[in-house]
Amino acid sequence: MSVDIYKKVRANPKFAELEGKRSRFALLLTAIVMVSYYGMMMVVAFAPDFMRTPISAGSTLTIGVPVGAVIIIGSWLLTGWFVSRANGEFDSMNNEIVREATK
Amino acid sequence: MNARHLYAALAVVLASGTAFAADALGAAQKQPLNLTAIGMFFIFVMTTMGITYWAASRTKSTADFYTAGGGITGFQNGLAIAGDYMSAATLLGLSAMTFSKGLDGFIYAIGFFVGWPVILFLMAERLRNLGKFTFADIASYRLDQGTIRTFAAFGSLTVVCFYLIVQMVGAGQLIKLLFGLDYATAVVVVGVLMVVYVTFGGMIATTWVQIIKACLMLFGGTVLLFLALSQFGFSLETAAQKAVEAHKDGIKIMGTGSLMADPVTAVSLSLGLVFGTAGLPHIMMRFFTVPNAKEARKSVFVASGCIGYFFMVVCALGLMAIVIVGTNPDFYEGGKVGGKLIGGGNMPVMHLAKAVGGNLFLGFMSAVAFATILAVVSGLALAGASSIAHDIYARVIRKGTASEAEEMRVSKLATIALGVVAVLLGILFEKQNIAFLVGLTFGIAASANFPILILSMYWKGLTTRGALLGGLAGLISAVTFVVLSKAVWVVVLGNQEAIFPYEQPALFSMPLAFFFTWLFSVTDSSARAQTDKSGYDDQYVRSQTGIGAASASAH
Repeated sequence: MSVDIYKKVRANPKFAELEGKRSRFALLLTAIVMVSYYGMMMVVAFAPDFMRTPISAGSTLTIGVPVGAVIIIGSWLLTGWFVSRANGEFDSMNNEIVREATK
Repeated sequence: MNARHLYAALAVVLASGTAFAADALGAAQKQPLNLTAIGMFFIFVMTTMGITYWAASRTKSTADFYTAGGGITGFQNGLAIAGDYMSAATLLGLSAMTFSKGLDGFIYAIGFFVGWPVILFLMAERLRNLGKFTFADIASYRLDQGTIRTFAAFGSLTVVCFYLIVQMVGAGQLIKLLFGLDYATAVVVVGVLMVVYVTFGGMIATTWVQIIKACLMLFGGTVLLFLALSQFGFSLETAAQKAVEAHKDGIKIMGTGSLMADPVTAVSLSLGLVFGTAGLPHIMMRFFTVPNAKEARKSVFVASGCIGYFFMVVCALGLMAIVIVGTNPDFYEGGKVGGKLIGGGNMPVMHLAKAVGGNLFLGFMSAVAFATILAVVSGLALAGASSIAHDIYARVIRKGTASEAEEMRVSKLATIALGVVAVLLGILFEKQNIAFLVGLTFGIAASANFPILILSMYWKGLTTRGALLGGLAGLISAVTFVVLSKAVWVVVLGNQEAIFPYEQPALFSMPLAFFFTWLFSVTDSSARAQTDKSGYDDQYVRSQTGIGAASASAH
């Protein structure tokens, strides 16, 4: 693989656009996952009573159960969102950049 | 048991695949021969041998051997990654945690899950685009080959060897208990099967062993969930009510408490396991088995779905075991409810399997647990063999002049050697307390391997000198903290008080590694540093676009 191709890609403004979009998206999702997880840990450490609130009056299950489930399922859905955007929108931009660099 | 002991025990259990860590890795009591379990395990071995035979005919090049020729689909690879993460220890350890601590166990499990989305967002794509066979390929992509590849390869090998010992000892103890086989027999069986899978079937066989195991585990867990829930009219609320009635801590189990008394340990453990996992050579290798970045991303989506589902199932099982196992005198030594569980504190889920599914189902779950260990050690052996053959032999010693046939021969010899070493060390360490090896393995993976890897992908300023000295700082500090922690300082060396109060060094050794890597990189004005930095731009384009990335071989 010649180094020229890499140079061509860098010169292509679409590359900067793709790179910016994709990293911003990845960082945003990382931040959501980390903030919700460490946020939950903060609640557990400093406001443990919240986690002990029953889901509804008279129930034994507490808020902690759905909160935990939401973090697991929610962050999994975020991986799904990332994959669909990266494999669709970003990859087609990427393919275009690669095509322009190799022609 | 106070919170800290539980943490230590859980760290060992989750990380190691040793089912008996919580009992301070004391020798498990040998149980009567379990013929159902052995029969089911035999079927598993026959099936996987058939696959190995098929895989052998497709393993011709080094690419086939190390990465299945890049021909694994994202879905298959996702199952295999999930298989690596859903160990026998997760099944036993997390359910035991919920069994004894209720909601805390579940909150805890989440810490081991959230790393996966982050690995996807930040690493999966770049790993795939830059790597060929080993993680050293990425770390040394633009840095000095001789220095960084050697350091990365030794980092990998150290992690592989320690982890193999831990797995072998865990396997021996688990099998002694579940199957009623001798410890030494169990260790030899694991060693021989591992060598056969890897030398003949390479990555193709190793991946399929892992996939089959992952499916069996998901299937077994789901059936168990269904059977157990049926006793509560399929209502988690009813199960929770009965659990509160049955548990000695009553309503407290539905809130968080004792486990979170020490958030520093919780965070350090979570960091160590998540980034340690990302720095384990046999996990990183999984990203090179798919044809492109697209499939690499898909595989993390599939893997994190399976892992998240499995964790929730396992915690629900622990909750229901409080009622079904916790009130049944048959499962306690001497029939004393609330005393010592037969087989030790990690057995609730196995007892639950017996209680709701009878001996046949217990046999099935035992066979799955054995298969799990086998799948993990095979991945480890392959990762170790690729470090020896690809990094050290072909790239550093022969400087790229070795023929493919020579490299293949070395990798197969290396696998056999690793198998022999694993069996010997497994037998040698039978009666030893190896809890410290787990802290060491994950500490090194998170503090020496991971920082170099992530910085080489993300930071232009990284130089050879910075990577080497920063990696060494991570390595030395991780080892030092582990030696000064309770697992070595008190348990092994017999001192009164631990100097380092936590079991997991990651929260402290990782920042040290990053700091020294930064410091020795920015102050590096050598000619080599110029070369290192100027290589980044091309590497960056490749990591983003996949141009020049190793592609799937045609078959």
